Amino acid sequence: MRPVQELCEVLERRRAGAYQALTLVAPRIAEAARPGQFVHILAGEDRSFPLRRPFSIHRVESPGTLEVVFDVVGAGTLALSRLRPHDVVDVLGPLGRPFTPPEEPAGCLLVGGGYGTAPLFFLATQLRARRCRVDFVVGAATAARLLDAMEAKRLGHSLTVTTDDGSAGRRGLVTDPLPDLLARTGAARVYACGPMPMLAAVSRLAAAAGVPCQVAVEEQMACGTGICFSCVVPVGQGAATRMARSCLEGPVFDGAAIAWAELGHPELEPTR
Amino acid sequence: MNPEGFGEPHDGPAGSESVPHRPEGSGNPQGGAPKVRDLSVDLCGVRLRTPVLAASGCFGFGREMAGWVDLAALGGVVTKSVSLEPRRGRPTPRMAETPSGMLNAIGLQNPGVEAFCAGDLRFLADAGACVVASLVGRDPGEFGRLAARLDGEPGIALVEVNLSCPNVEHRGEVFATDPAAAAEVVAAVKRATGRPVLAKLTADVTDLVAVARAVVDAGADGLTLINTLLGMAVDVRTRRPRLAAVTGGLSGPAIRPVAVRCVWQVAQALPGVPIVGTGGIVTADHAAEFLLVGATAVAVGTGSFLNPRAVVEVADGLERYLAAVGAGSPAELPAMFKAER
Repeated sequence: MRPVQELCEVLERRRAGAYQALTLVAPRIAEAARPGQFVHILAGEDRSFPLRRPFSIHRVESPGTLEVVFDVVGAGTLALSRLRPHDVVDVLGPLGRPFTPPEEPAGCLLVGGGYGTAPLFFLATQLRARRCRVDFVVGAATAARLLDAMEAKRLGHSLTVTTDDGSAGRRGLVTDPLPDLLARTGAARVYACGPMPMLAAVSRLAAAAGVPCQVAVEEQMACGTGICFSCVVPVGQGAATRMARSCLEGPVFDGAAIAWAELGHPELEPTR
Repeated sequence: MNPEGFGEPHDGPAGSESVPHRPEGSGNPQGGAPKVRDLSVDLCGVRLRTPVLAASGCFGFGREMAGWVDLAALGGVVTKSVSLEPRRGRPTPRMAETPSGMLNAIGLQNPGVEAFCAGDLRFLADAGACVVASLVGRDPGEFGRLAARLDGEPGIALVEVNLSCPNVEHRGEVFATDPAAAAEVVAAVKRATGRPVLAKLTADVTDLVAVARAVVDAGADGLTLINTLLGMAVDVRTRRPRLAAVTGGLSGPAIRPVAVRCVWQVAQALPGVPIVGTGGIVTADHAAEFLLVGATAVAVGTGSFLNPRAVVEVADGLERYLAAVGAGSPAELPAMFKAER
């Protein structure tokens, strides 16, 4: 289905640990949404700055509501954090390409970093409905920045938690337990969402284990509709790489298709 | 696609923010506004359905927006700039939001003229869009070859020469900072095309009128004012520039007063030269500002990032504005401007 522009009433805004969760009445978008797709939200009705903010869809609930999770990091998310029930926001969605579930029931390892875990809950619900085994690995800087670990525990067959500071689960990066989990669960698919350095590492580990890996990327984005060319990621190999718009060709990419080494992030290589 | 989530008609923000007072002496003899006004304008001999175009670099190649708007109903689609060879563009981050605007350093990513002609141009023409092809090159020769290549293609109404993209390797490629260099490029394009040529200029100059005069003397049929302003922003936490390219082009409402000033200055100095005003237009009132000070048409740029239907809604709002001030067409607005306060 083509994405639509919907004026959505705020049903609820609540705290989710260190994050904010926003539930919107968005019947048309919710009906069409698939895990991994995103919505592009403009706070307020005057359609001026700050720009829209993209959020992957965390949950779709009947009847016709969807939830996103965000961290207050700037003017846009600050405006969203001040929304109250019955306020109206302008939403574009569902945008982008979703995760592709396995055709047959299979073991799936879902890897989330920080609020990047958000779309994996929606995905886990879909995978469980398709009789897939779901193992979760979620990581964050500290316990408060783990997104809804209880929900991950409920949705998954197993849950592994890591924190940088050791305040919950094992101390270390979310990628640390991956080789062992890949071997132990015999997962046939890896799905990941989180910061780009994490996605690069997950893609590398999945490739080393010979397991197909899909990642949902996060890039700076203005329009969400393919016209600004801001949110590009390099895809392809060698001299044949090209800049693909993550709003149209992503945000979900085959982890092996992204030319990670070309990404301009100075912090790309994990330091630990 | 018309999102049903919107009540129609609505006094949406892309419409007039304020209903202006009827100017004295412009009373409509019928005492009321006719329901449908003629929004069409003549731009360099081309009849546009509305005076509101989609600005270059802010509407992709048009095709991306086919699901959001009826491309044939727009005043025109100015394509993302096309070069002879494909360009990959800059690394990310390519954009950074700033107060009432944004910086971008896309770096002219485009598939090259051959792919453009085979794909996007054909699509736009089939969709019935009024196509303004934006050209970019590294020297006058490239511009000329590009114009010649496109001259054989059907479906292009006008050509816009991008003389002012700030996101280039060398400042010398911003031809519009130098009257002689800008004129040389325009002359090369004019020799190679039979279509009307718009020259897109930058406000990052000491004497914009001198550049405008030079390109008009070189044969430009009209002007597009203005491109983004060269800017820079720093993330003090990481102590790095916020753009990978370090500097970028500032767009959005932040630059609108500069753009309106430029249109006003050039319209005063070069009466009769058609101007497409662009820079920070989000609502119909913003568009009216440009038309009042002498623009023939306007282009919505960053506004389309906020609202994919902005080009349509600004035109709808302009229709209401014309009715409110008692103007029969957009072309009547400059005469209604009261320069002396």
